[in-house]
Amino acid sequence: MQLSTRIVMTGAAFAALAAPAAAQSIDLTVTIPRLSVAEYHRPYVAIWLEKTGAPAKTLAVWYDHDMRDNEGTKWLRDVRQWWRASGRGLSFPADGITGATKAPGTHTVSLGMGAMTPGDYTLLVEAAREVGGRELVKLPFSWPPKPGQSASAAGSTELGAVSATFKR
Amino acid sequence: MNTGFLRALAISTALFSATAAEAHRQWMLPSSTVLSGQSSWVTVDAAVSNDLFYFEHQPVRLGNVKAWAPDGSEVALQNASTGRYRSTFDVELKQQGTYKIANAGGGIFGSYKEGGVEKRLPRGASAADIENLIPAGATDVTLSESLSRNEIFVTLGAPTETVLKPSGKGLELVPVTHPNDLVAGEAATFQFVIDGKPAAGIEIEVVPGGIRYRDELGQMDMKTDAEGKVTITWPGPGLYWMSAEASDANVSVKGAAQRRLGYVSTLEVLAP
Repeated sequence: MQLSTRIVMTGAAFAALAAPAAAQSIDLTVTIPRLSVAEYHRPYVAIWLEKTGAPAKTLAVWYDHDMRDNEGTKWLRDVRQWWRASGRGLSFPADGITGATKAPGTHTVSLGMGAMTPGDYTLLVEAAREVGGRELVKLPFSWPPKPGQSASAAGSTELGAVSATFKR
Repeated sequence: MNTGFLRALAISTALFSATAAEAHRQWMLPSSTVLSGQSSWVTVDAAVSNDLFYFEHQPVRLGNVKAWAPDGSEVALQNASTGRYRSTFDVELKQQGTYKIANAGGGIFGSYKEGGVEKRLPRGASAADIENLIPAGATDVTLSESLSRNEIFVTLGAPTETVLKPSGKGLELVPVTHPNDLVAGEAATFQFVIDGKPAAGIEIEVVPGGIRYRDELGQMDMKTDAEGKVTITWPGPGLYWMSAEASDANVSVKGAAQRRLGYVSTLEVLAP
């Protein structure tokens, strides 16, 4: 797997000092690539947050949540790094986390972060596709963010460009 | 049992050799070890073979195979069948947590001389049969007791520990690292115990599956430390066969001089 990550920072650092208390959130854009395959199923996608020394926190999971008998949960384990880091400890459907699978294209979600302690974090996006592959994209960032701070990376197979802007 | 029998035992223990050394490997192979969902199924192949994990020699007889749910209750094997090279069965997973599936059993093996001719006890002899199997007047009787375990683990949802508790009988695995939380490139630590006490200095062998498609066996040999522990760093994802052997004199069968203990497991190591 090839991972390319870059953090783009603009604006003056000192401006953060004057920032008013506001909802902490991340606007995340995830591109699901259009694939030319004989049998295509929308990928399962998990989005979660990791910080050294703290338990991983799931922010969103897009899966087949509306199948009879909750059968769509059978394949959650295929999103394997997320399953190990956080997923296996949750019950589904999970309030504020469960979402429908998304079609190929660009999707933007606003992720409410709650109270975050300062430090180095990684935002992870992992996609696993039925009869297809799996890919993980990582976006490292520091909290609190500098004004206008963003991070972006791109997958090469199951995910396209992934970018985040941080709001505090 | 006559006095000649006892005398024969006394002089023959030193001559005991590993008559039952098995070239073949016994294994159980679950269709999946890490599962998600409200409920699920695993199907298990059970065989004895040289190469891992191929059906090429004998099936494992299912008579002693049992399964336990995360709460420790026993669950039935379903759709069991035994073919020429393998047995297969299903286990329905209805509880969240870790299941154990085990083939545990023991037996007696040995030999004696009757009229100067050496004879072996039949395979699979049990302790209760001994008096009938050894004729009066037999000499050079050597008896050995065996106790072995073949265990696998599968987890639906988050791993749990209830089924991992050792019974305190024979050679057992006490996971420090959960056996369904293994990832390539990471180290896993397992403790081995004999009758519940640390099994120091015993040999552990770990062999990756897929032998047919490579030239080198890729076997990892290690020895348990003073606490009975070994640490294995998984070189890659895949299925691994782990085997441990030990012997001691803590026999439970009258007349046996040695107790041979075995433990095997099939472990699945996931890609990071």
